[in-house]
Amino acid sequence: MSTAIAHPGNPHDEHYPGGLMRWLTTTNHKDIGTMYLTFALMMFFVGGLMILAVRAELFQPGLQLMKPEFFNQLIGVHALVMIFAALMPAATGFANWMIPLMIGAPDMALPRLNNWGFWLLPPAAILLTMPFTLALFGIGDGAIATGWTFYAPLSVQGGMGVDFAILAVHILGISSIMGSINIIVTIFNMRAPGMTMMKLPLFAWGWLITAFLLIATLPVLAGAVTMLLTDRHFGTHFFNAAGGGDPILFQHLFWFFGHPEVYILLLPVWGLMPHVLSTFSRKPTYGYTAQVYSFIAIGVLSVVVWAHHIFTSGMPIPALVYFMFSTMSISIPLAVLFFCWIATMWRGAMTFETPMLFAIGFIVLFGIAGLTGLVLADVAADAQYHHSYFVVAHFHYALFAGGIMGVITGVYYWLPKWTGHMYSEKLGKLHFWLTVIAFNLTFIPQFFLGLAGMPRRIPDYALQFAEFNAISTIGAFILGFSQLIFAYNIWCCVRGGTKVEARVWEGAEGLEWELSSPPPHHSWEIPPVIR
Amino acid sequence: MSTPSAHPAVHGHYFVPSPSLYPFILSCGMLTLALGFLLNLNALPAGKWVMLAGFGIICTVLFGWFGRVIGESRSGAYNDWEDRSFRYGMVWFIATEVMFFAAFFGALFYIRVLSVPDLSSMVEHHGYSLWPDFTGSWPTSGPKGPNFTPMGAWGIPAINTALLLSSGATVTWAHWGLLKGRRAQLNLGLAATVLLGCCFLTLQAWEYHHAYTELGLTMGAGAYGATFFMLTGFHGFHVTLGTVMLLVILVRCLKGDFTPERHFAFEGVAWYWHFVDVVWLLLFVFVYWL
Repeated sequence: MSTAIAHPGNPHDEHYPGGLMRWLTTTNHKDIGTMYLTFALMMFFVGGLMILAVRAELFQPGLQLMKPEFFNQLIGVHALVMIFAALMPAATGFANWMIPLMIGAPDMALPRLNNWGFWLLPPAAILLTMPFTLALFGIGDGAIATGWTFYAPLSVQGGMGVDFAILAVHILGISSIMGSINIIVTIFNMRAPGMTMMKLPLFAWGWLITAFLLIATLPVLAGAVTMLLTDRHFGTHFFNAAGGGDPILFQHLFWFFGHPEVYILLLPVWGLMPHVLSTFSRKPTYGYTAQVYSFIAIGVLSVVVWAHHIFTSGMPIPALVYFMFSTMSISIPLAVLFFCWIATMWRGAMTFETPMLFAIGFIVLFGIAGLTGLVLADVAADAQYHHSYFVVAHFHYALFAGGIMGVITGVYYWLPKWTGHMYSEKLGKLHFWLTVIAFNLTFIPQFFLGLAGMPRRIPDYALQFAEFNAISTIGAFILGFSQLIFAYNIWCCVRGGTKVEARVWEGAEGLEWELSSPPPHHSWEIPPVIR
Repeated sequence: MSTPSAHPAVHGHYFVPSPSLYPFILSCGMLTLALGFLLNLNALPAGKWVMLAGFGIICTVLFGWFGRVIGESRSGAYNDWEDRSFRYGMVWFIATEVMFFAAFFGALFYIRVLSVPDLSSMVEHHGYSLWPDFTGSWPTSGPKGPNFTPMGAWGIPAINTALLLSSGATVTWAHWGLLKGRRAQLNLGLAATVLLGCCFLTLQAWEYHHAYTELGLTMGAGAYGATFFMLTGFHGFHVTLGTVMLLVILVRCLKGDFTPERHFAFEGVAWYWHFVDVVWLLLFVFVYWL
C-alpha cells in the first residue's frame, strides 16, 4: 500500500528531527512505544541485578555480602523497579505500538501527552535509585527499606529513601494516568469506521480495562503516600494511634491500589494471548465475547477484594469471610479465560514458534499462580502462609510467568512487525527453555521453603532451609543470565536479519498485519473501513 | 497487497501535532521541583532555590505548551474529531481527581467509623487499654493529641458554600452567554466566577489563620486536624488551580476566543469548576457539619 499520504492540513507530517532530538520531541506513537519498550528492558536488567545480589546473599545461611539494611533496600527497590519501571512501561509500550495499528487509527489521540507520559519515567527511576548513590557520599542512609508496600509505621520512621520513593511513586502515577487517559480516548474515539466495540481486538479490550483500573486506583495510592509524607514531615496522625489514626488504614489504602495493580499488570497480557494462540493454531479466537465479559468481570471484582492481602492484620470475621469468597470468585472469570485459551488451540494446526512456546509456557505456569492464589485466599490457610516464601513463589508465578513471560511472548510475536526483520528462532527457543527451566528451579523450592516456615524479606535463615535456598539461587542466576540471550536476539533483530512480509505469521489476522513491516512512520492516515 | 478500502470522508484528517520539546522539559522541571522538595524535607542545603527553579521551568513550559495549543485551536487545526478527544480526556482526568479525593474521604470514614471507636472500646473487648480514659467521640485529636476546638459549620464554611454554589451558577450563566453569542454576558459571568473563587480562597485563608491562632486546630491536632487540613487543603489547592484556569479563559474570552460551536477549553474548565463544587459540598457535610 502507499506509505505516505500527504495532507495539506499537516505540513510537518514527514519531517522530524534526527538523532537524540527525534526521541526527546517525538509525538509518534511508534517512536514512543519503542522508547517505553527500551526503557522497560533496561530497567528489567536493573531490577534483575538487584535481586541477583539478594539471591547471592541467600545462597548460604549467615550474612556474607551485605548488611541487612542494604538487603532490605534491594528487595524493596527490586519490586518497585520491576512493577513500575519494567512491567508497566512494557505493557504501555505494546499499547502505544499496537493499539493504533490494530484499530486503524492514525496515531494515539493525544500525542504530546503521550510523549510526556514516557518522559516522566526516567525522572521517577532517577528518584527511586538516587538514594543508593547519595548514601555512597554519606548523604542519607540509602534507598527505601520498607519493601515495596511502604507499610506504616516502618515507612513513617524510615530514612530519606522513603521520601524519594514517595515522590517517585507520585511521578510514576502521573505517567500511568496520562498513559491510561490516552489509551481510553484512543480506543473510544479513534477506531476505524465500522469497528464496533465488539469487533475491537482483544488486546485493546484488555488494555481498556487496565486503563480504567489505573484511573480508579492510582490516585488512591497517590493519596496514601501523600498521607505518609505528611505523617513523616508535617505532623499529621493518619497512621498513628496516639492521634486517633491507624497504621492498618495505610494497608487498606495501599491494597486498594495494590490488588488491582496485579490485574493492571496481567490484563494487557491476557489481551495479547488470544492473538498469539489463534495465530499459531490457525484458528479464530474461541469465545471472544466470553473473554470480553471476563475482562470486565475481573476488572470489577479486582477493586473489591483488596483485604485478602491483610487477613492477618486483624479484621472482623464477616469482613474476612467476605474478602475470602469475593477473592475466590475471581477464579470463575479467570477459568473462563483459561478455557478459551485452550479451546482456541483445540484441534488447531499448531506450530511452535518462540511466541507460541512462551504463550503455552505462560498458560501452564500462570495456572500454578492461580491455583496457589486460591490457597492463599483461604483465610484459615493464609494464617500459615502469610509473609512466607510461599507468597513470594506465588506472586512470581503470577508476575514473572504471567507478566514478564507474557511480555516476552508479545515481543517475539510483534518484533518482526516492528523491525521488518525475523529474530533468530534458534536463540528464541534456547531462551524459552532456559527461562522455563530456570524459573521453576528458582521458584518451586520457594514453595517448599514457605510451607516449611521460612519468612520472606529476611537476609539470614535457619540451617534447615539451606539446600532449597542454594537451588533457588542457582536457578535465579541461570534465569537472569539467560535473559541476555533475549536482549542479544532483539539487538540482532533490530540491526538486521531476514526481511519479513506484511503478514509475518501465516495465521495472523487483524489490521496490524495489513501494513508493511516495519509500518510507515505515519500509518492509517486514511482510516480503513471494517465490514 | 490487498488493503482495506480507504474512506477519508467518514472521519477526515486527524491532527497529529509536530514534534515538541515541551513534554521533555516539563518532566525535567518536575524532577527539579521534586529534588528541591526532597532537599528541603531533609534539611539539606539549597532546597528552596532548586524548588524555585523547578517551579519556574514548569510555569514556563505550561505557558508555552498551552500557548501552542491555543494557537493551533485558533488556526483551525481542531475539528469535531479532535474536540471529542479533548472532551473524553478531560472527563477521565476529572475521574482520577475524584478518586484522589476518595482516598482522603476513605481515610476520614475509616478513622471515624473504625479506628477511633476501636481505640475507645479496647477495655470492653480486650480487657485492657493503653488509654482507658479515651472516649472516642468525634471530633477528636486521639488519646494523646492536643486540645483544640473543632471548626463550626455555620460560620465561614456556610458562607463559602454559598459563594461556591453561586460561582457554579455564574459559570453556567456565562456558558449560556457563549452559546447564544452574548459576549458581555459571557465576560461578566466569568469575571463574577473568578471573583467568587477569590473570595472563597480569601475566606479559607482567614479560616485557617483563625484555626491555627485561636482554635488550636493544626495539622498536628490528631485525626481531626489531619483529615480536616488535608481534605480542605487539597480542595483549596484545586480551587486555586480552577481560579487560575478561569482567569486564563476570561482573558481569552476578552480577546475574542471561542465560538458557540467550538469552545472546549471553556467547557473543560467549567466541568473542573463544577467538580470542585461537588467536592466542597461533600466536605461541608462530612468534615464541617456532621
